[in-house]
Amino acid sequence: MKLADKTANELQELLHSKELTIAELTEATFKRIKELDPKVDAFLALNEEQATKQAAEMDQTDTGERGPLFGLPIGVKDNIVTEGLETTASSLILKGFNPIYNATVVDKLREAGMVIVGKLNMDEFAMGSSNENSYYKNTKNPWNLETVPGGSSGGSAAAVAAGEVPFTLGSDTGGSIRQPAAFCGVVGMKPTYGRVSRFGLIAYASSFDQIGPITRTVKDNALLLNAISGHDEKDSTSANVEVPDFTAALTGDINGLRIGVPKEYFAEGVSEASKQAVKDALKVLEEKGATWEEISLPHSKYALSTYYILASSEASSNLSRFDGIRYGYRTEKAGSLLEFYMNTRSEGFGDEVKRRIMLGTYALSSGYYDAYYKKAQKVRTLIKQDFDKAFENFDVIVGPTTPTPAFKIGEIIDDPLTMYANDILTIPVNLAGVPAISVPCGFDNGLPLGLQIIGNYFDEETVYRVADAFEQATEFHKETPQTWEGATQ
Amino acid sequence: MNFETIIGLEVHVELKTESKMFSPSPAHFGAEPNTNTNVIDLGYPGVLPVVNKTAVDWAMKAALALNCEISRHTKFDRKNYFYPDNPKAYQISQFDEPIGEHGWLEIEVNGEKKRIGITRLHMEEDAGKLTHTGNGHSLVDFNRQGTPLIEIVSEPDIRTPEEAYAYLEKIKSIIQYTGVSDVRMEEGSLRCDANISLRPYGRDEFGTKTELKNLNSFNFVKKGLEHEQIRQEQVLLAGGIIEQETRRYDESTGKTVLMRVKEGSDDYRYFPEPDLVDIVIDDAWLERVRAEIPELPDARKARYVSELGLSSYDAMVLTLQKPISDFFEATVKAGADAKLASNWLMGEVSAYLNAQNKELEDTELTPEGLAGMIKLIGEGTISSKIAKKVFKELIEKGGDANKIVKAQGLVQISDEKVLLEYVSNTLDANPQSIEDYKNGKDRAIGFLVGQIMKATKGQANPPLLNKILLEEIAKR
Amino acid sequence: MAKMTKEEVIEVAHLARLAITDEEAVHFADQLEAITNAMELLNELDTEHVEPTTHVLPLVNVMREDKSIEGLPRELVMKNVKEHEGGQVRVPTILD
Repeated sequence: MKLADKTANELQELLHSKELTIAELTEATFKRIKELDPKVDAFLALNEEQATKQAAEMDQTDTGERGPLFGLPIGVKDNIVTEGLETTASSLILKGFNPIYNATVVDKLREAGMVIVGKLNMDEFAMGSSNENSYYKNTKNPWNLETVPGGSSGGSAAAVAAGEVPFTLGSDTGGSIRQPAAFCGVVGMKPTYGRVSRFGLIAYASSFDQIGPITRTVKDNALLLNAISGHDEKDSTSANVEVPDFTAALTGDINGLRIGVPKEYFAEGVSEASKQAVKDALKVLEEKGATWEEISLPHSKYALSTYYILASSEASSNLSRFDGIRYGYRTEKAGSLLEFYMNTRSEGFGDEVKRRIMLGTYALSSGYYDAYYKKAQKVRTLIKQDFDKAFENFDVIVGPTTPTPAFKIGEIIDDPLTMYANDILTIPVNLAGVPAISVPCGFDNGLPLGLQIIGNYFDEETVYRVADAFEQATEFHKETPQTWEGATQ
Repeated sequence: MNFETIIGLEVHVELKTESKMFSPSPAHFGAEPNTNTNVIDLGYPGVLPVVNKTAVDWAMKAALALNCEISRHTKFDRKNYFYPDNPKAYQISQFDEPIGEHGWLEIEVNGEKKRIGITRLHMEEDAGKLTHTGNGHSLVDFNRQGTPLIEIVSEPDIRTPEEAYAYLEKIKSIIQYTGVSDVRMEEGSLRCDANISLRPYGRDEFGTKTELKNLNSFNFVKKGLEHEQIRQEQVLLAGGIIEQETRRYDESTGKTVLMRVKEGSDDYRYFPEPDLVDIVIDDAWLERVRAEIPELPDARKARYVSELGLSSYDAMVLTLQKPISDFFEATVKAGADAKLASNWLMGEVSAYLNAQNKELEDTELTPEGLAGMIKLIGEGTISSKIAKKVFKELIEKGGDANKIVKAQGLVQISDEKVLLEYVSNTLDANPQSIEDYKNGKDRAIGFLVGQIMKATKGQANPPLLNKILLEEIAKR
Repeated sequence: MAKMTKEEVIEVAHLARLAITDEEAVHFADQLEAITNAMELLNELDTEHVEPTTHVLPLVNVMREDKSIEGLPRELVMKNVKEHEGGQVRVPTILD
């Protein structure tokens, strides 16, 4: 058994028994990354020098003072600000940007004793579903290197799937954790909006963005969410609610659990394989004592349009600060201030980012605000109410994470609407702000499929309990992609 | 004048909180460039704003003092525009739910009172400061970025530049009383833009307005409006049309000059700030803030007239500036006669401050010192003339009037025997003046008084001296 | 409904401070039109009596005490600034 096969608990046992040191674990992690990442292209930057130094120092800490994640390696999505470690959000406009502060979650990782090994590729500014919108590189799906890993947290999901690192952080605005987790056959959690501080997360759409963990098992996922959750005075939208120990919810007991299965999540465009995998999963859950019923989330079909209006509007404003003056890319071709702005921004941003900035600018401009932005805000209310009603009668809502498994690189890059449709099953969750997880639930032609489990506000515990019960009853999470073969670490 | 002038004013006031509106960096004026900033002010990727509670309290306080209705539900919005002093390329401001609306204040011009409406008062953050080097680039200092601001927008109720001046003086006065700002135009903690348009008398709809910016003093606001009023009238009389444009007042020429023509309306793409949650103001909060508002200038003015017997004009002048008014009250409390105290403050004190270009708090004068001096005058211990000497000492060096008078031997000579001796000596030396007086030249008496005052270093008790002098002349 | 013209796209791009060529404008016009047409779907819904949602959580009055923390050292402020002079950040002149 290699280190890459091990869970947090197993690694911690090795560290406690001194069979393994943190320095050795860190070294092995970098070795594996260097072996596999030339194929997978998940990492944008490695933090080897700093991590190696930190690991050696951490070995001095008494084992009694170590938490469950102490000394374990983690990769961080590149839209999470890391002091002294280049942070680009996969955009040319932030090339060379050297942050002078840490995101709150990064401080929390440090408090937990985790070793940040590097920054992970993503779609530029988290806009995309395939990682093809990164300025720097295309991350590949470890299950099939010709397919996309999903996005926008494609690097985070692929790195975990390839076993390069057991933990990563992603961010989810419209499915950006769950969709790549489904494509890459790993566990990805989007917590309740407000559960994890957004301070230091480079904003795409402020009222949707949420940081969350990506791991190979549900338990590891819960451990990492324990570490990064909590109220933050620096984020006015972070909720001042108690953070339970999410691992305590992993009892395996889902007897009597009521599951709602929205018929809208099995509509046209959702592949037969995806539908079948979910049906099979429901049987597994039934066998463990849960019941399920078909329900309706009637406004689901409006979610995509609502999301693209609102998210693009917020993005058009959030991304205005990238002007080449205080940090980041600065054009060489500018006489006047106007040229300076226009050239810096059009040279620095990629096409999809420009497309959303323009869509959002248009939706907010005078004469269109009521027809687009305000209208979408109202529909958002209706979508949220769909969930509120469903959770009056059900503990969780279950469906597929994505309509299809991973598609081929380059297949739909020039067709924004088809690309957007990838997120049709994940977006409603962000509009409502509720938590949802994707766990591996099957394969279609060798490519993983994801089961989405959606919970009520701040009820990540139930989501985890169901996900864990399912994981315990199935073997999908034990499958490893072909990239594992021949890896030495 | 064939036209009616319509003026509306937008006043920005910086709140003197310790920290900024949405970030904890210091909000103080005058620091070295780019030393009072943090990643939030600089608009770094990933940063988030958090509302300063004191700034909300104070905005509410200013709104209440300006008779505004307080919005029980208020929120922040983003105003999007690109400019180098605006690091996020949006300013966090308030759009459709300002904290205060429908306020008013009262001005008095040439003895006539008039109520000017206040459309709204909203909270926002200040921008950084741009300096133009003149060699192809500008420099930005972000210290001011994020300083809490309130913007106060008047109704188009103002009809003359004098009214505009009075409105500004009144806003400054009221805000100063509330204590939420230094309201110093020279430091930029109070700024004003003016909108002005003309319309033929009798017409209801407004003419096209121009906006005046860069108005660095109340006087320039008045002068700029005066010039703009004439310019617009000339254009209209010549059959021209007024363009909607922004103009600036050039202090050196006394004229307004075109800055830029507005292209349609600027599209700021306002939308609710998703990084901040709404503010709900309940009765308890509102009443707590209301209770913190001190007596305002209008109330004080009324009290000075009814309780202290001052004239309405004197009461208005005294209450305009809170430090002067506070000083006046302390002086009266220290035992001075209210009318005399008022006369001294509006006369000698004000003249001294103007001549020295100082604020009252920059001098050594204390209410106790001034009251002591006024008492000495009242008791006849010193003459008004001597008082001016004592006053100069008090305002420059401070101290107690009594001690100064004693130490410098300035006590009035009221001893008839002593005065008689001075009078006799002077009359002996000036027989011609006695002659002149008896021939009906009253001026001669003034000359003789002057001679005696000179001899006594001004310390002779004037009424007593007059009496003795006339008696002695009659005897000769 | 929304027929998007090249000129409209250029105007929106100007508001967003993005320089685009005529060719790109045509391309974006097609794509944005397709997207906005898809957005028209929302018009099916009667939302007259629906309140808009800006925040999904019912949080209000999140504020901090008025306490200041010293500003950043100027070296840090300038760390990522490409052009500065005398402690200030240099930008192309705003006087066009």
